[in-house]
Amino acid sequence: MYNEYFSESHTMLRDSIRRFIAREITPHLDKWEEEGIIPLELYKKAGDAGFIGLGYPEEYGGTPGDIFHQVAYMEEIMRCGAVGLASSLGVSAIAVPPILVLGTEEQKKKYVPPVLAGDKIAVLGVTEPSGGSDVANLLTRAVRKGDRYIVNGSKTFITSGTRADYVTTAVRTGGPGHKGISILIIEKGTPGFTVSKKLEKMGWWSSDTAELSFQDCEVPAENLLGEENKGFAGIMVNFQKERLYLAVEAHAVAELALEESIKYARERVAFGKPLTGFQVTRHKLAEMATLVEASKQLNYSIAAKIGNGQPCFKEVCMAKNFATKACDRVVYDAVQIHGGYGYCREYVVERLYRDSRLFAIGGGTYEIMNEVISKQMGL
Amino acid sequence: MNIVACVKQVPDTEALIKVKPDGSGIDEGGIKWVMNPYDEYGVEEALRLKEAKGGEVTIVSVGPARAMETIRTALAMGAEKGVHVSDPLLDNTDAYTTAAALAAVIKGLNPDIIFCGQRAIDDDSGQVGSILAAILGIPQVTIVTKLEMADGKIKAIKPIEGAQLVIESTLPCVITTQKGLNEPRYASLPGIMKAKKKPVDVKNAAALGIATEPKAKVAKMTPPPDRAPGKIIAGDDPAAKAAELVRLLREEAKVI
Repeated sequence: MYNEYFSESHTMLRDSIRRFIAREITPHLDKWEEEGIIPLELYKKAGDAGFIGLGYPEEYGGTPGDIFHQVAYMEEIMRCGAVGLASSLGVSAIAVPPILVLGTEEQKKKYVPPVLAGDKIAVLGVTEPSGGSDVANLLTRAVRKGDRYIVNGSKTFITSGTRADYVTTAVRTGGPGHKGISILIIEKGTPGFTVSKKLEKMGWWSSDTAELSFQDCEVPAENLLGEENKGFAGIMVNFQKERLYLAVEAHAVAELALEESIKYARERVAFGKPLTGFQVTRHKLAEMATLVEASKQLNYSIAAKIGNGQPCFKEVCMAKNFATKACDRVVYDAVQIHGGYGYCREYVVERLYRDSRLFAIGGGTYEIMNEVISKQMGL
Repeated sequence: MNIVACVKQVPDTEALIKVKPDGSGIDEGGIKWVMNPYDEYGVEEALRLKEAKGGEVTIVSVGPARAMETIRTALAMGAEKGVHVSDPLLDNTDAYTTAAALAAVIKGLNPDIIFCGQRAIDDDSGQVGSILAAILGIPQVTIVTKLEMADGKIKAIKPIEGAQLVIESTLPCVITTQKGLNEPRYASLPGIMKAKKKPVDVKNAAALGIATEPKAKVAKMTPPPDRAPGKIIAGDDPAAKAAELVRLLREEAKVI
């Protein structure tokens, strides 16, 4: 299926990820979920396998691939059954691109290879307690003083933030609006930079999410990415792919929930026959499968466009919203089919239900996506 | 070192196997194909040996066109090159002919050591490695769970009932690999991308000069009989039910 998008190397990548999950993740997953964090070695193992470097140039330690290698990676890694774990492991996908787009050769050589190798963790620091998608109005202030920037402010909902080595941080260096924004790389251990809080969340338990604080934090001026007040483009560069990845994650989670539901419905006997013996269950599964299929088709076709370099800001927002809504419905019904067991932690659909709630919030909310779509429609 | 690892493509262990109605073989529709798990231990051991001692690993497989995927998987794990013996005359052939085809390829490779899985999980014949060693006229150590190499010799451990054998052999030799020997690696992404460009020679039976008429043929394949349904012993009195259970085990099942 989908032979127009995937070939032999994609299949081999999928096989490797399945083995990686079976060997390195599944035996420990429940423990890591309870502990609220994954061991640092997992980054190293994923780095050694080349997964973190997927899609990046070889000169920075990456392995170039096409967009469908990334789609295949996202789909497979989600099959570990914990969206938070997969997102934490893949957090550099949003932190590294601004460095490659805006950074000098020296900066790229310094920051990117250790991240792709899994030795260091790079995270993106954009969202603030006062606002997320309203990037143009961010408040964290950086003032140039000699060869340093003095940074004051805070960032929140930072995935993998509690142990981040490098924070690709959006700061205000100029006046109001998006023309006053710069990006600084703030390194762990910089005086004045602290992790103020580890956030407790509804789902994504094995992903450590942090609030970061900068108090008179002295950042070397050489850590500025690109030109002062021109950082906004570095943030925007992420958006299209980030939204595609979230859309793919949503359909992958929905597909896993569907498969788990089919398995359960075949085994579970009620009133003398398996649940699949009831039309109400069969039709529910049929509708779930239809939603998954529709999401996949849309996501793949948009991935192909992005892969060909065609801009599709509107379509990718549509894909994210469609896949998110479809996933919401599918995980709801998956829990419903499982009944009381679906409400228990022992069953993976319980976690998928909690974890997938974020798709309508992260990477731009459902409502923000609709705003982008309606603007693109000329409304 | 010149190291050879032989691999066979087999149905995934989780694949649902259906026998064709005419009993000529299995229905291959919808089957996911994988490297024979016992061969994976061989490939892994070959790679570890290469990493320790230098040299190169050549993958050899006899199988239809799709077997190329399995060769590529081994190349993605780190082997240098492959030879694919692909010929419709050899499809589903017997162990002897497979071994003869492997031998014809391997002779030209001048190897120091050859790895084969101790058996393939599809036909379970367990003969290919041994026949291969016989045709090549070299020693073989079968069902190996530990391997060391020093001073141009190998020392292998082979478990047997209640004990283990430590076997020394000169090189070249054939080792057939067993579960426990190692934990095969998963292919890394760079490995997968590089595998696309690694050379694989494709050869047919005529090019190898081997006879294609199998010595043994599968006359008929039949699915295992359906399992008879279980029996439930009714009643309210546990003692009477236990007595009935013992009677049935003794008189009907004849197991006690």
